[in-house]
Amino acid sequence: MKLHEYQSKDLLASFGVAVPGGRVTKDPAEAKLIADEFGGKVVVKAQVLMGGRGKAGGVKLFTDSQAASDFTKELIGKRLISIQNPDGMIVEQVLVAEQIDIAEEFYLSVLLDRSEQKLVVMISKEGGMEIEEVAEEHPEAIVRLHVDPAWGLSDYEIRNAITAAKIPSQAHRQMVPMIKALVKAYLESDADLIEINPCAWTPDGRLLAADAKVSIDENALYRLPQYEATKEDAAEDEIEAEASRRGIAYVRLGGDIGIIGNGAGLVMCSLDEVTKAGGKPANFLDVGGGAQAERVKSCVELVLMDQNIKGLLINIFGGITRGDEVAKGILEALATLDVKVPVVARVEGTAAKEGLALLASSPILGAATMQEAAEKVVAAAYGK
Amino acid sequence: MSILVNKNSKVVVSGMTGREGRFHTEQMIHYGTNVVAGVTPGKGGQELLGVPIFNSVQEAVDRTGADAGLIFVPAPFAADAVLEYEGAGVPFVSLITEGVPINDMIKVANKLKAGGKTRLLGGNCAGIITPGECKMGIMPGHIFTPGPIGMVSRSGTLTYEVVWEMTRAELGQTTCVGIGGDPIPGTRFNEVLEMFENDPETKAVVMIGEIGGTDEEAGAEVIKRMTKPVVAFISGRTAPPGKRMGHAGAIISGKLGTAQSKVDALLAAGATVADATSEVPELLRKALSKVGVSV
Repeated sequence: MKLHEYQSKDLLASFGVAVPGGRVTKDPAEAKLIADEFGGKVVVKAQVLMGGRGKAGGVKLFTDSQAASDFTKELIGKRLISIQNPDGMIVEQVLVAEQIDIAEEFYLSVLLDRSEQKLVVMISKEGGMEIEEVAEEHPEAIVRLHVDPAWGLSDYEIRNAITAAKIPSQAHRQMVPMIKALVKAYLESDADLIEINPCAWTPDGRLLAADAKVSIDENALYRLPQYEATKEDAAEDEIEAEASRRGIAYVRLGGDIGIIGNGAGLVMCSLDEVTKAGGKPANFLDVGGGAQAERVKSCVELVLMDQNIKGLLINIFGGITRGDEVAKGILEALATLDVKVPVVARVEGTAAKEGLALLASSPILGAATMQEAAEKVVAAAYGK
Repeated sequence: MSILVNKNSKVVVSGMTGREGRFHTEQMIHYGTNVVAGVTPGKGGQELLGVPIFNSVQEAVDRTGADAGLIFVPAPFAADAVLEYEGAGVPFVSLITEGVPINDMIKVANKLKAGGKTRLLGGNCAGIITPGECKMGIMPGHIFTPGPIGMVSRSGTLTYEVVWEMTRAELGQTTCVGIGGDPIPGTRFNEVLEMFENDPETKAVVMIGEIGGTDEEAGAEVIKRMTKPVVAFISGRTAPPGKRMGHAGAIISGKLGTAQSKVDALLAAGATVADATSEVPELLRKALSKVGVSV
């Protein structure tokens, strides 16, 4: 779950990481007051969870607090559209932050190395650009330091790593505690990513997190009550936000064939089959194990909130999920919702016979295999 | 023969008195699994489904000689439950629970690795079954049948899908291992492939992977050395980067963890890669006949 920049910076500041001054606001008048604290020399940044917000016009530098306030007024309520997010997102708040002079830009991150099953700190002198680009063009410019799960990091390991990364020696005294603080923040706030890019070195010798991205492990939300309310807000799409409220695993994919299945692997496989059959999956949706009719109905309703849907595929292999419960849910959905698109249901496994019998007299199209179901839904949806 | 569990396995279930734990324990007993104990702190001395309940894993082991564990406790308590099996010296434990915080699993996985006493399977997995002998998990038992094929998979329902195709094609299974959909699994493809290579009853292996991480690629390194044929399937070929596809571990990060990278590594290692789940039985027969095994 991604946090906003202002939340990320507040979190890191609470662990002792130096960040530029500033605050989040929805109010242009308050934006002026904040800007005045820094003599008007501020940057105003839209707080939307999407890539490319700078290019979308969501970030601007000012030397005058009234202009910063005017820009805030212009941004609030505006829909920002970027290449990464063509649907765009509405700006609800902005971060008004101190503009800092930057002499050099470094890169720091903490993330999980799945193959080593340990945390890794990534350090680079080449900050300010995408780390993927650095990895491709100058792989030698990234130094990786694994964190011992029992002992954590020793200062000498950090000193050696930042020396190997060719971070200028004047910055070492501030970077060692900063890296320790990042690891501490990662562990204690159950992050799954902390990235500081750029990590700014100022002409007057200060090391600051000029931008910060923190993402939290959703599995740990039960012990992070402070972020419970952020969860819906963090959804990148309105239907995804609704799915989160309903506790349904749903990912919007932008196509026009709705897909519902049980189990992540089976749903992923259904997406692949639909694509192979020439269709464009609209979503990923896993009903979860042992779903009752009510939940299946709720899932159908959710998928159909997407106005682009031209056909719906339901693919169930019942283990603890029962075919008859799924069938009941589909029928309830048909009875109560205005379903205008063709629906193909493939039901196999536990109580599949009972389920298929229930569906036999409905307009639902049946299929014996996943492949057949995918081909049928694509043909019916596109009128082939 | 089989790997990890068999008809002699004595199984203890943590969280057996909960709704899920009770339902699946009943199914397991019905299948013929030798469930010798349940563990729920504070409920020791009770009996459920004819199985004695103990307060701790240590007590269950001392009293029943249990040598395999299955965990259904809620995610906040799951890491502790795994470590309790290590503390009691139980060699094998499977964690069914989904949603365990990643930081907890990092600690658990590294502690078990350093200790070397207990192997963990999962979390977020369907468990393990040696057909006809021992079902230790949540899979529907009736779709499995004994035979010469080993199976290892990150996905529960996709395992059922492929196993059902195999069973109908009269290709039975030695053991089916669900390693689970989390980013930090206790046991990974490479380890299970190694075990199947060393199991005399297993003649070929089916491996079902998905996007995210590089465990399939690490498995391919083992396949290079294997004498037994491997038929693989990878799901998530059309999943976009940066989106978590249901399983916590099913996410392409930047350029890491794509289906293509896994398919390429498996093909280069000499595995057969199926384009659809329905192709698996036929590809298995072909692979087996190539190495001169008839089934």
